[in-house]
Amino acid sequence: MSNEPLLRMEGIRKLFSGVVALDGVDAAVERGEVHALVGENGAGKSTLIKIMTGAYRRDGGRVLLEGREVNFRSPEDAQAEGVVAVYQEVNLLAYRTVAENIFLGREPRRFGLIDWKKMNSDAGAILKRLGLDIDPRAPLGSLNIALRQMVAIARGVSFGAKVVVLDEPTSSLTEHEVSILYDVIRRLKAEGVGVVYISHRFDELYTICDRVTVLRDGKFVATRPLAGLEKIDLVCLMLGKRREELQRQGATAFGEHHAAAEKKETAPLMRAENLTRGRKLDHVTVEAGRGEIVGMAGLLGSGRTETARAIFGADAVDEGRVYLESKPLNLHSPGDAIDAGLAFLTEDRKAEGIIPELSVRENLTLAALPEMSKMGVVSRARQNEVVESYMRRLGIKASSAEQKIRELSGGNQQKVLLARWLCKHPKFLILDEPTRGIDIGAKGEIQSLINELAASGLGVLMISSELEELVEGSSRVVVMRDGRCVAELRGAEISQDKIIRAMAEGSAAGEPGAAGASI
Amino acid sequence: MSQAGMTVESGSVRGRVMRARVTSFLQRQGALVALILVAVFAAARYERFLTEENLTNVLRQNSMLGLVALGMTFVILTGGIDLSVGSLVAVAGVVAAGLAGRGLLVALVAGVGVATALGLVNGAVIAKARIQPFIVTLAMMIAARGLALVYTQEKTVSVPVAAQAFRELGRGKVDAGPLSIPYPVLVLLAAYAAAWLVLNYTRFGRHTYSLGDSEEAAHLMGLNVGRVTLGVYTLSGALAGLAGVLLASRLGTGQPVAAVGWELDAIAAVVVGGTLLTGGQGGVGSTLVGLLLLALIFNIFNLEGWISPWWQLVLRGVILLAVVIVQNRLSKR
Repeated sequence: MSNEPLLRMEGIRKLFSGVVALDGVDAAVERGEVHALVGENGAGKSTLIKIMTGAYRRDGGRVLLEGREVNFRSPEDAQAEGVVAVYQEVNLLAYRTVAENIFLGREPRRFGLIDWKKMNSDAGAILKRLGLDIDPRAPLGSLNIALRQMVAIARGVSFGAKVVVLDEPTSSLTEHEVSILYDVIRRLKAEGVGVVYISHRFDELYTICDRVTVLRDGKFVATRPLAGLEKIDLVCLMLGKRREELQRQGATAFGEHHAAAEKKETAPLMRAENLTRGRKLDHVTVEAGRGEIVGMAGLLGSGRTETARAIFGADAVDEGRVYLESKPLNLHSPGDAIDAGLAFLTEDRKAEGIIPELSVRENLTLAALPEMSKMGVVSRARQNEVVESYMRRLGIKASSAEQKIRELSGGNQQKVLLARWLCKHPKFLILDEPTRGIDIGAKGEIQSLINELAASGLGVLMISSELEELVEGSSRVVVMRDGRCVAELRGAEISQDKIIRAMAEGSAAGEPGAAGASI
Repeated sequence: MSQAGMTVESGSVRGRVMRARVTSFLQRQGALVALILVAVFAAARYERFLTEENLTNVLRQNSMLGLVALGMTFVILTGGIDLSVGSLVAVAGVVAAGLAGRGLLVALVAGVGVATALGLVNGAVIAKARIQPFIVTLAMMIAARGLALVYTQEKTVSVPVAAQAFRELGRGKVDAGPLSIPYPVLVLLAAYAAAWLVLNYTRFGRHTYSLGDSEEAAHLMGLNVGRVTLGVYTLSGALAGLAGVLLASRLGTGQPVAAVGWELDAIAAVVVGGTLLTGGQGGVGSTLVGLLLLALIFNIFNLEGWISPWWQLVLRGVILLAVVIVQNRLSKR
């Protein structure tokens, strides 16, 4: 009993309509410990904490709180037992006061009526205990996001929380606000509360966390103390690489370094300069020439997609410029970026790309309709001509152009989306995880397609989590970390080992074993 | 905001708190200012306006709608809507009128009880089957009107002359010093006072606000969303029932086609008062102000005398829109 951890999860299994999301995951949090939970996309972190806090029911395994098996049926249930989640998107009530938000559902009463005086003073006491100067009578909506998050934590504490789960608590905080959060976490720790901390930022993990549990593809990988764990080893755990294996080659269809890689140009086709947005992007500069494939590497949350979105004008930047053929682009709308000749194949095909109920033809020509119409009427003949030519050129496998796109495989859907952009005759292509979720065969086809497009003179920025793809497909690899470009590798320098080192330590040149727990 | 220190932060928080309070006050004040202006205008223009008779009449005529609007306030605070209240008034009215011969208490309990039960059905379907309130209460609006017609076989139900106590409820008054207040007005004031207490000092009341603030957040914070939903629609049904009984008593008949369109008048009163249709903000006081404002405008039309009922409708629509636009402006300041 005495060495039983505060909260232990054992062999957790979770299915979503038959698909395994978590399988055999173990995790444990000790009293007074800050325990990091890390993993790349699809690792299952969110699912695990939702099971931990009662938002999901598990399909297998055990959860033990102080050695006793528990079965939370709802967040309410988990709260009552002292397991509380503070989510990324703060889930509180904007029009209600701070005190009401803290005590919602447990308002102190006298003679059956709410005792506002006691509620406000109790809330004030809890906030003070956490070192926060917030007026309990203020409407929550009048506070900034950081303070709202603190109120959410205060709510958790008011339940006599034993375990507090913080899901990416710093994602929208400024540096100063992060330090307030750290203070609050240290106070919780001192009171013996176990904190589960999810974050993509290595500097945060090494600053505030004691141990880390790594998940990958819904499976448990390892739990390690952070002190003494080298960052590069942590990245290897997250990516499922063995350090000695990092030299492997020949796993993709990019072939050897393509010809364009050697070409030198005076002015780059696309240059993004000093892109800065809050804490997400910090003076990111990237450029790519005609016929060049520039790979972009980085862990989840490192700022890769954010860079792409900023270049495309999808998110407003605080600072920075983008040039295409040396002409500055207006960074305010994707429409302008498209007109200038940019194309952006997003990471999330389902949500941001395909329209499932429409045909291949309709999906393919969606963006190019204006060019195919006269006075608002779409020329069907012109449309068919274009669709056929792209279906042939990209090898799109569909029973006909009229087949609904949702019936196509992931690889073929991706090709249709690529064709949609190619119809617009772009000069520069941004691809965010172009081969994710696509089976091996189709992956190869898409990779060689990207190669061909580059060879035909397009510039390509390719974001990928697959190191093989980056190493073999790119003439240059930019590595992102915590919103910064930390390394740029060219030609023979490009290797999985160097990329991982840069992801972990912020530079490709680090000595093995030199960095690590030195923070 | 970015690099501000903790103390600076809380200083500006206080500023924002003040601004938020002023804004929400202005939102209510918008209708209140309009109400005062309209009252001053009416008092200056019509001698009859400030007489006890006229004011008592205005209040009595609107007390039934006021009860319906009160129930609607709870529903709208949760971000919902209840279109069935007009029909529920009619159902309660015909049931109460039919049973008036057996005594006031029986008629009152039966009338209010039937409407409460139908409101409960609304709430249960919305909470359990998770169907939009608009659709559910629209269905109830149609079905309950049908029930009233079936129950009365399309005829008006007369209250027996012998049912003195029942008739007295809608027509009598209580003498309080120099004033004599009609019972329905008394009921209205008591209901508003009680509702104010419930909304501000009970968990049910605060949770009603919370649901309209963000149902998802309220759920994740462990609130029993279904129970609150059930509660507000049941309450709305009960208040519509009470209005129906008062109406039947006042008219001396229960009419299956009574109170057609009251749901919209009630929504208008709530919205004009400053309660947001999205829920979470507003309250009893706002609805009272909205109710009185619309009532005074109607009263002015009557005192003016020459405006035809159809033009009155047009004007009411225009005024409703104007008030809401002004409020919208104020709340954005």
